[in-house]
Amino acid sequence: MDDAALIELHQVTKTYQDGPSAVDEVSFSVRRGEAVAILGPSGSGKSTLLNLVAGLDRPTRGTVTVDGLRVDGLSEAGAAKYRRARIGMVFQFFNLLDDLTVLDNVLLPAQLAGLPRALSRTRAHQLLETLGIAEHAHAYPGRLSGGERQRAAVARALINRPALLLADEPTGALDTASGREVRDLLTQLNQDGQTVLLVTHDLALAQSCATRTVRIVDGRIASDTAAVVPEGAAR
Amino acid sequence: MSRGRRGSAGAAVRAGDVPGREAPRARRGRGGALGRVVRAGVARRKVQTLVMVLSTMMAVTATVLAGALLTASRAPFEHAFAQQNGAHLALQIDGSKASAAQVAATAHLPGVIASGGPYPQVTIDHGTGDAGQFGTMDLPPLTVVERPGPGGPLDDLALTSGRWATAPGEIVLSSDFFGPQPTLGMKLSFPDLSGGAVLTVVGAAKSVTGTADGWVVPGQIAALRPGAAAPAYQMLYRFAAAGTDAQVNADRAAVAARLPGAAVTGALSWLTAKLNAERGNAPFVPFIVAFGVLGLVMAVIIIGNVVSGAVGASLRRIGVLKALGFTPAQVVRAYIAQALIPSAFGIGFGVLFGNLLAVPLLRKTDLVIGTASLSVAAWVDIAAPVGVVALVALTAFAPALRAGRLRAVDAIAIGRSPTAGRGRTVRRLLGRAPLPRAFSLGLGAPFARPGRALAVAAAVVFGATAVTFALGLVSSFQQIQVGLSRDGASQVSVDFAGGRGGKSVMHVAPVGGAPAAPDPATVAAAIAAQPGTRSYYGVGSTQAAVSGLSGATTVRLLQGSAAAYSSPIISGSWFTGPDQAVVPTRFLQATGASVGSTITLTDNGVKVPVRIVGEVFYLREGGTDVITDLRTLSAVDPSAHVGNYEVKLKPGTDPAQYVRSLNKVLHPVGADAQDNALDRHDSTLPILDGLIAILTAMLATVAGLAVLNAAVLETRERVHDLGVYKSVGMTPRQTITLVLGSVVLIGLIGGAVGVPAGVAVHRYVLPVMAHAAATNVPQSYLAVYGHTEMVLLGLGGPAIAILGALLPASWAARTRTATALRTE
Repeated sequence: MDDAALIELHQVTKTYQDGPSAVDEVSFSVRRGEAVAILGPSGSGKSTLLNLVAGLDRPTRGTVTVDGLRVDGLSEAGAAKYRRARIGMVFQFFNLLDDLTVLDNVLLPAQLAGLPRALSRTRAHQLLETLGIAEHAHAYPGRLSGGERQRAAVARALINRPALLLADEPTGALDTASGREVRDLLTQLNQDGQTVLLVTHDLALAQSCATRTVRIVDGRIASDTAAVVPEGAAR
Repeated sequence: MSRGRRGSAGAAVRAGDVPGREAPRARRGRGGALGRVVRAGVARRKVQTLVMVLSTMMAVTATVLAGALLTASRAPFEHAFAQQNGAHLALQIDGSKASAAQVAATAHLPGVIASGGPYPQVTIDHGTGDAGQFGTMDLPPLTVVERPGPGGPLDDLALTSGRWATAPGEIVLSSDFFGPQPTLGMKLSFPDLSGGAVLTVVGAAKSVTGTADGWVVPGQIAALRPGAAAPAYQMLYRFAAAGTDAQVNADRAAVAARLPGAAVTGALSWLTAKLNAERGNAPFVPFIVAFGVLGLVMAVIIIGNVVSGAVGASLRRIGVLKALGFTPAQVVRAYIAQALIPSAFGIGFGVLFGNLLAVPLLRKTDLVIGTASLSVAAWVDIAAPVGVVALVALTAFAPALRAGRLRAVDAIAIGRSPTAGRGRTVRRLLGRAPLPRAFSLGLGAPFARPGRALAVAAAVVFGATAVTFALGLVSSFQQIQVGLSRDGASQVSVDFAGGRGGKSVMHVAPVGGAPAAPDPATVAAAIAAQPGTRSYYGVGSTQAAVSGLSGATTVRLLQGSAAAYSSPIISGSWFTGPDQAVVPTRFLQATGASVGSTITLTDNGVKVPVRIVGEVFYLREGGTDVITDLRTLSAVDPSAHVGNYEVKLKPGTDPAQYVRSLNKVLHPVGADAQDNALDRHDSTLPILDGLIAILTAMLATVAGLAVLNAAVLETRERVHDLGVYKSVGMTPRQTITLVLGSVVLIGLIGGAVGVPAGVAVHRYVLPVMAHAAATNVPQSYLAVYGHTEMVLLGLGGPAIAILGALLPASWAARTRTATALRTE
């Protein structure tokens, strides 16, 4: 594991309109090769935190640095380029485009980045092969099971070889068996050196694939431990 | 507060628990819930509501304008006649033979149902007008009538500019006299009158039957009457029966019989005015009808497009409503109402703007075809909104009914996760194309919703058709203007006494008698010697009998290069020597002759056979002239000589300077050169150009609005997808490319279909217009679209589409990714 911090959040606060802070004065860092699970109940601010790291949202105060790049001050175009080059995202509901085939979904970030076509296609096929869904390359997402869709989403997230894989409740919409598949996949990816930041309230997921756990309560870090802490132990 | 009055959706569910046994309070509650759903639906989708307001506004505006134009183009003279209370007969009566009382008494004759006058009248010769920068011009004989005001029992005069005369020394000219906008403040001088009367032009007015050239205040005529001239009166009549020439003649005879013998010295029948008006406006009616029809079709397309799209985009919400207990009928009602509410605002604004825009539009139309009315007919103001309301309700009904019949779970499912849609193969192939991915994603979008894409394409097709047709018309009109105008062939005209070169307004004969006609050769020599002369040709005319035509026919005689003559050839060729002639279409129609036929001209009792070698585009003098070489008749007719010369100048020569210099030589010999720019009194074509510009801009805007609506719906429906695109790295610029790409294909198809359609409409309408003027059209007037123009016009389709989609594209680019991802 590399000691250099890949993600660095400093005194980050996010407030929506006049409401309470969704994220309140949060500071933490993630080193390269780590798999960090952010745990917390619904509304605790964990998804907001992920959005801030992904450059999908901007903090009200504080700084977010990823791979040496200040994400909090990026323009929309800058944030888009950042997302396409340095991160890959996996969502609870997959967010695959229903009118594109699995292969086209996977290729999309590479195509938007203007990567060479042949290279992109080779990489996409490799990923689909590795993730065990190569036979579905030309199928539309609607025909796939939940687990297969999430694998396709992971393939899409990895197509541009991102430094960081972000996952927002990646097993939240899956049955037990599919959830297990995805857990194993993320674990394997991390063991292969992929830095992973995942947001979940699935303790099993965190236990199986996270090397570190950050618990968020009411927008603040309640605990930050190397091992998974059972529910309630931090309070 | 009762549950019903709170009007919650829950109340609606509870009220529907026992089918067919709804308590009154519950029904109120359900109605309230329905109202809230409708209001919320309208308020929540602000952009879509705004687009619907704008679309219906534009559609109603277009409908009102189209209706106004179509009404104006239908029997415009009759409408103007009715509106201006026109006179069936205007009589000029010699005041020395009949007193004013005797004339007034004719108003009580049987058969006379209304009358105006007697008004003192005078015809003044030898006047001059101060034409400002163009110097002083000689006036033709001017018939002036005393009128206390523009209104009257008959022949209401419509002021087209300035004001009514209020004091002696002021005159309101007929708008037909100098064109629609005579120079206000112009001084008209009459040196022959005692004291040298001067009148100041204070306004212009239009008489539907053209009863006079000008009007002055009561008491003014006495000062305008030449010393020896007898007083005269104008008397206006409406009769119970005046539908035919025979009836009008009988009415006239009845009036004349009541007056002392030979007191009636002139008469103007409304039927003559009608014939003249129809001859003048008939060519323009097809063009106005074409634009009116285009406007109506586009209004229907845009409303269908917007309303069905709006309802179709709300499926998930419909599913939720049904899950809460709304019946299919309530859903249908809610969505029809949701379409009608913004439409009602749009319709209101549309009627307002339609009426406001109609004023300048009808003013231009009026100047072209003489509709007289500058307001929209009441039935149009009623029919347009009623029709659009019906159209909105009808268009909303089909998708609303479909939505109402959907099972709640299906509606929710359809709304949440859109299917892959149609055209997947095409979109997959586009994904393989060597195009930027954002662009190819956009290009594939229309294939997912082919119905909507076709509707938008239809709007763009009509927009492109309108633009192409309009530009073609403008080009053709410009060519026609050049072809018909004197300065199309020459920049300077040289007239000399006895000449009948063709100018109808300006006369060069000085007061006090004309000098002897100068020798044409002397004039020609002066022209040839004048620096700046490039070429010149002589024009004269004489009368001859033509086989197959009754009465005398004008024969225009050309000396010099006939090819320099501006009138273009429709078929055949120009004559190349004597005994050949070219004739207008109307001549061929009247005589049954054709190009290649030989006709016989009888002049001074000598029969001269002449072969028709060409059909010429020529509308002057009724369009039955024969145009031939001077030498055809000069041997048999001593009066057949050149009456004026038309001069073309070398490039860079200032016509005004040339004329001043040439006149120093010509005036001593009794000839006069004039700059043909002064002859541009016919402002019909510039007005038509303005009319075309307004109509085209409106239709193109409506087409752009249709695209705007489709792009708004598309980006709204696909906002979640846009969030996904952005989450995987799509930049704002790529987002704009995607949205614009989704309309480019529609625009290209619109251009590819619309431009040929516009050319076809142009090729159809222009000959129809020409036939109404009893002429064929030269091929060159139809072939106005060059390859470059066609390509540029073809790009007009994508241009309309891109302009329409720019706003939603920038909206899509600005949408925050996290917000878009949260949107379902």
